[in-house]
Amino acid sequence: MQERDALLKKKVQDSVEQIPSDQLLLLDPIIEKYQGSMSYLIPALKEAQETFGYLPMEVQRKLAKGLNIPAPHIYGVVTFYSFFTVTPRGRHTIRLCLGTACYVKGAKDMLQIIVKEVGINVGETSKDGRFTLEAVRCLGACGLAPVMMIGEDTHGNIIPSATLGILEGYQ
Amino acid sequence: MCASPYYRLQLMMCAGTGCIASGSLDVRDALEREIAKRNLQNEVQIIMTGCNGFCAMGPLVVVYPDGIFYNQVRPEHAPIIVEEHILKGRVVEKLLFKDETVKGRVPLMKDIGFFGLQRLIVLRNRGLIDAENIDEYIARDGYAGLAKAITEMTPEQVIEEVKKSGLRGRGGGGFPTGMKWEECRRYDNFPKYTICNGDEGDPGAFMDRSVMEGDPHSVLEGMAISGYAIGAEHGYIYVRAEYPLAIQRLQKAIEDARSYGLLGQDILGKGFNFDIGIAPGAGAFVCGESTALMYSIEGKRGMPRIKPPRSAEAGLWNQPTNLNNVETFANLNPLILNGGDWFASIGTENSKGTKVFALTGAVNNVGLVEVPMGTSLKTLIFDIGGGIPKKRKFKAAQIGGPSGGCIPLGMEDVEIDYESLQGVGAMMGSGGVVVMDEMTCMVDTARFFTNFSVDESCGKCTPCREGLKVMFDKLTDIVEGRGQEGDVEFLIELGHHINNTSHCGLGKSAANPVLSTIQYFRNEYDAHIRDKHCPALVCPDLIDFVVIEEKCKMCGLCFKNCPSDAIVWEKKKVAWIDQSKCTRCRTCITNCKFGAIR
Repeated sequence: MQERDALLKKKVQDSVEQIPSDQLLLLDPIIEKYQGSMSYLIPALKEAQETFGYLPMEVQRKLAKGLNIPAPHIYGVVTFYSFFTVTPRGRHTIRLCLGTACYVKGAKDMLQIIVKEVGINVGETSKDGRFTLEAVRCLGACGLAPVMMIGEDTHGNIIPSATLGILEGYQ
Repeated sequence: MCASPYYRLQLMMCAGTGCIASGSLDVRDALEREIAKRNLQNEVQIIMTGCNGFCAMGPLVVVYPDGIFYNQVRPEHAPIIVEEHILKGRVVEKLLFKDETVKGRVPLMKDIGFFGLQRLIVLRNRGLIDAENIDEYIARDGYAGLAKAITEMTPEQVIEEVKKSGLRGRGGGGFPTGMKWEECRRYDNFPKYTICNGDEGDPGAFMDRSVMEGDPHSVLEGMAISGYAIGAEHGYIYVRAEYPLAIQRLQKAIEDARSYGLLGQDILGKGFNFDIGIAPGAGAFVCGESTALMYSIEGKRGMPRIKPPRSAEAGLWNQPTNLNNVETFANLNPLILNGGDWFASIGTENSKGTKVFALTGAVNNVGLVEVPMGTSLKTLIFDIGGGIPKKRKFKAAQIGGPSGGCIPLGMEDVEIDYESLQGVGAMMGSGGVVVMDEMTCMVDTARFFTNFSVDESCGKCTPCREGLKVMFDKLTDIVEGRGQEGDVEFLIELGHHINNTSHCGLGKSAANPVLSTIQYFRNEYDAHIRDKHCPALVCPDLIDFVVIEEKCKMCGLCFKNCPSDAIVWEKKKVAWIDQSKCTRCRTCITNCKFGAIR
């Protein structure tokens, strides 16, 4: 239990240190824009994540103060929705579709290849900061199954053995 | 639609997500360059439309007025299209759709089986209008339904018309839309809200996306009609985060409608006020459940609550709220214009109108199709879908996503409507149809859906949160070779407990994929447990990776494709797998055309 608490504390501290305080000023326009109603919280968090790439504790705390929403509530929302992340991202986010159509067309084999060759599991970022791997539930491009998004690019009709070749293009 | 007097030819290009990913924007640029080069820009117009439905064959170009359909067009084809078709009037044979059933090229869009057998109500404007141009929507009777409702009808008459039509919720539940509106109208507690559920989370379903991207005004018009009927002045569209293009197009559509006075204060001078806002989701499947969705709009964790009170009484911010699916709203313009009796004349006794299906998986013509209720699954898969590729056999169709079930071979004559699907253990769901061939393992599929539900369970109630996890572990044991006698009975019992005791609709149906695969494919479960063998050769731990000598045709395809050089093969000799090098990746199995590896 103590060990876990210590770990949690360290995690929190780590994330605090990663954002210099002058950068937190970038949140001010977001706070101004979304003040007034709790229902603006999700759009506000989205914009904050677009600014910082992720939502470390310090960002959440500042939003809590600025929007006058309890910090635990914000943490609850951040951890509930898969779109939000509290850890930094790699340069390229791989969104591998594991929806039904992609799954029956070989997305599982692609996942195995990425896990083995890039050395990251779903939700992890590679040590060199190049890739973050995410499994998504359906990109709604089932006509092109199996589908993988890297950053904003959608790659469809992938033959599993060609997966690594596609990744080569993203350094 | 395309009768502009100024242009000789109009090229309708699909700009849905599927075709954009296949490169339709590059094709457009190339075509524009070629057209400009020959100084034809005043004679030929390129229009970017919403999703055409035939995503697998993208990028698509349809040339009007003739309706010549080109598929899989690449930028390098632009010169030949312009030179041959546009200048000389000769159809470019090699870009026409190749029909596997008649073994030939089909030039006209209407003659392609995929399109010919459909009946379009929801997708009435597909491929015909520029999604970002409100005038083109209006030219196709757009907003005439709203105008008719607020100028000629009372709210009660609108509700009566919808009740008469027999329209039922297209999000999966199938609750009669008119009754829902009537209940919401009864409460005299203002403000009221009407919400469009665009949180299309079912894997394998993309019909709502296509409507929101391809015909956003039809959704707005439907919402305005519902707002008029129930007495709401505010609407929200909840769109999932994975659909940025849909959000962008809806935003533009809302602004355009406002500037035309079709949204906002005093619409059409009749004193009806109605406006719409977009509430983007943030990636949670459970937010497709109505109460969870409303909490999410309020900026909270999206966790369903116990009903009653129903949303019609206390929904968003505890006010009376009506919630319908994207497709339900898109039905309303033609319904109001043509009347409830017209709508009720289509479909079966208890399910009226049409349904849009996303046909995916192991089927030749992958895409979006709209058919009248009561169409048989067989027609859907074989006549419209063009059958199963690679000469493989049909095994099952999964309908209804993680809440649905599988319909096996032998039952493909089932007519698709709400009741008959439930009768065979599946459900309409939002309309994803994933076709599975003999290379699909049903135990693995059940495990896939259970894993999905485990991940997406909000964690509020125990049967769903814990029960599904136990179920998933048991299925993992089975596919990894640790299955025991009695496991199947355990899964059935647990599944019924989960379905009977969970809080919300998602938990109540979360065990369906497992229960329905057990019902129809019990033999596969038994093979996994007793013989430690996966009949579909999918579960790597239950495959021997041995070549069956009698079946091997010595073609060497396995040898050429093996990534770890584990296959020993020479010309005219039976292949052999070196177990010390084999990584059990299954590449040889997927490449072997003769089923010679077990």
